[in-house]
Amino acid sequence: MSILVIAEHDKSVLLPATLNTVTAAAQVGGDIDLLVAGHDCGAVADAAAKIAGVNKVLVCDSSTHASDITENVAVLIQARSADYSHVMAPATTFGKALIPYAAALCDVQAISDVSEIVDADTFVRPIYAGNALATVRSSDSIKMLTVRTTAFELADADTGSASVETIDDAGANESIEFIGQMLSESERPELTSAKIVVSGGRGMQNGENFAMLEKLADQLGGAVGASRAAVDAGFVPNDYQVGQTGKVVAPDLYLAVGISGAIQHLAGMKDSKVIVAINNDEEAPIFQVSDYGWNEDLFTAVPALQEELG
Amino acid sequence: MKILVPVKRVIDANIRVRVKSDQTGVETANVKMAMNPFCEIAVEEALRMKEAGHAEEVIIVSAGPEKCQETIRTGLAMGADRGVFVNTEATLEPLAIAKMLQAVADKEGAELVILGKQSIDDDNNQTGQMLAALMQRPLGSYISKIEKNDGGFAITREIDAGLEKLQITCPAVVTTDLRLNEPRYASLPNIMKAKKKPIEILTPEELGVDISNRMEVVQVTEPPARDAGVMVSSAAELVEKLKNEAKVI
Repeated sequence: MSILVIAEHDKSVLLPATLNTVTAAAQVGGDIDLLVAGHDCGAVADAAAKIAGVNKVLVCDSSTHASDITENVAVLIQARSADYSHVMAPATTFGKALIPYAAALCDVQAISDVSEIVDADTFVRPIYAGNALATVRSSDSIKMLTVRTTAFELADADTGSASVETIDDAGANESIEFIGQMLSESERPELTSAKIVVSGGRGMQNGENFAMLEKLADQLGGAVGASRAAVDAGFVPNDYQVGQTGKVVAPDLYLAVGISGAIQHLAGMKDSKVIVAINNDEEAPIFQVSDYGWNEDLFTAVPALQEELG
Repeated sequence: MKILVPVKRVIDANIRVRVKSDQTGVETANVKMAMNPFCEIAVEEALRMKEAGHAEEVIIVSAGPEKCQETIRTGLAMGADRGVFVNTEATLEPLAIAKMLQAVADKEGAELVILGKQSIDDDNNQTGQMLAALMQRPLGSYISKIEKNDGGFAITREIDAGLEKLQITCPAVVTTDLRLNEPRYASLPNIMKAKKKPIEILTPEELGVDISNRMEVVQVTEPPARDAGVMVSSAAELVEKLKNEAKVI
């Protein structure tokens, strides 16, 4: 078995999702190579070589990869695919766009959002917003998968000593031009890897009221998330969304404030270790999955909580 | 410009699905079905482009058993011009669907294909990416905005860290995220009108596409249940429990 893990990074820092994916790759078993496609990404390559369990880091440092264009990374994977039994990437927007594209180039049926490795051909993945778990066996000669990061621990990022090999890019697709990014700036922990997440829903009523949750998150050292309803209403940006089609989180503590608990939201947070719900509707479905429920108006409860923690 | 919009018939988003007792899948008999919500957004965007004068025709396509025609009719009732239905009883995987869509898009000469980013049943999030790869057309995945311009399309994508803007050439394949638009409801007169709109019926064989499965579903099981816990009545009680019982703060 030989596995190619596609590293996700921002040119200077390797994202933790890569470490979860390496852990999943180690469960398949075999040699693990890591592909770092980027530009001026030497620091990322150095960090990648220190991940325990990685055999070799393939670095494609090229202006072609100055931004993450799906097509350009996919042709790089295609060019290398004959060397591998598995190609794996995190199930982030980066990996979710990339792996199916690369798989189609290789005439492979990709497997999305794998939450458990049964054996080298067999994988468990959530379907129907996590209301069912499908065990699927692939007959393709290469298995190409995305990995649900919350289902796998972080690999050790300090004790590895992988070799580093420089590779050429496989060409830039001329039909796509990168214009720019508008990224959310935050001093708080990243949502998908935070130990504590404070999320708000429609009950927050407006974007200004999210300042309450931000203060609470800062007191707890956590990140701020939101339900789809809060994002659709424009209270907070899209990258806050937790749920079936947004981000999947599994922190030690998930605090749901003014979130009713639609199955689409539960899909993104029900693997959290401890769930707390604050809601003024005692019938809210969120209470059925909460370890601790508090049936109280959030505008009373959150300030009280802030004071108690202060 | 012709726009092709693939749509999928899925269990309605508001239905709580039940796993079958023989663990072969989920119960679909006598369950309310609907157009996949992301596909509705795709239909809506195609119609808006037509209404803005950027497209002459919007074609809805679906593949699967006979009943999928109802989902095509839903798209026609929203305002699309005609439908293409690929009739098969086979279990369809995203790669096979992408190959069929490629054949239909080629046959129709569709310059733009708009798909939902993901269907809410299998949660695969694959078909659009695969179609773009097979057709060697630029991919705009997870878009929250699309504007036709001289060079093709200016798109905004929803990514984990925020938003990203790309310029892609035409022809292209794009997949919709939630914030792209709010789909319209079909009016009663339009539902009546849709009954008369043409739907061409094809088979995978006629399209010359191999739809054999690459994946075997070994079993489908219930996820571990999460029990409801206890109710608290004050901030002090909650903080005490989180500190001393759950030990998470």
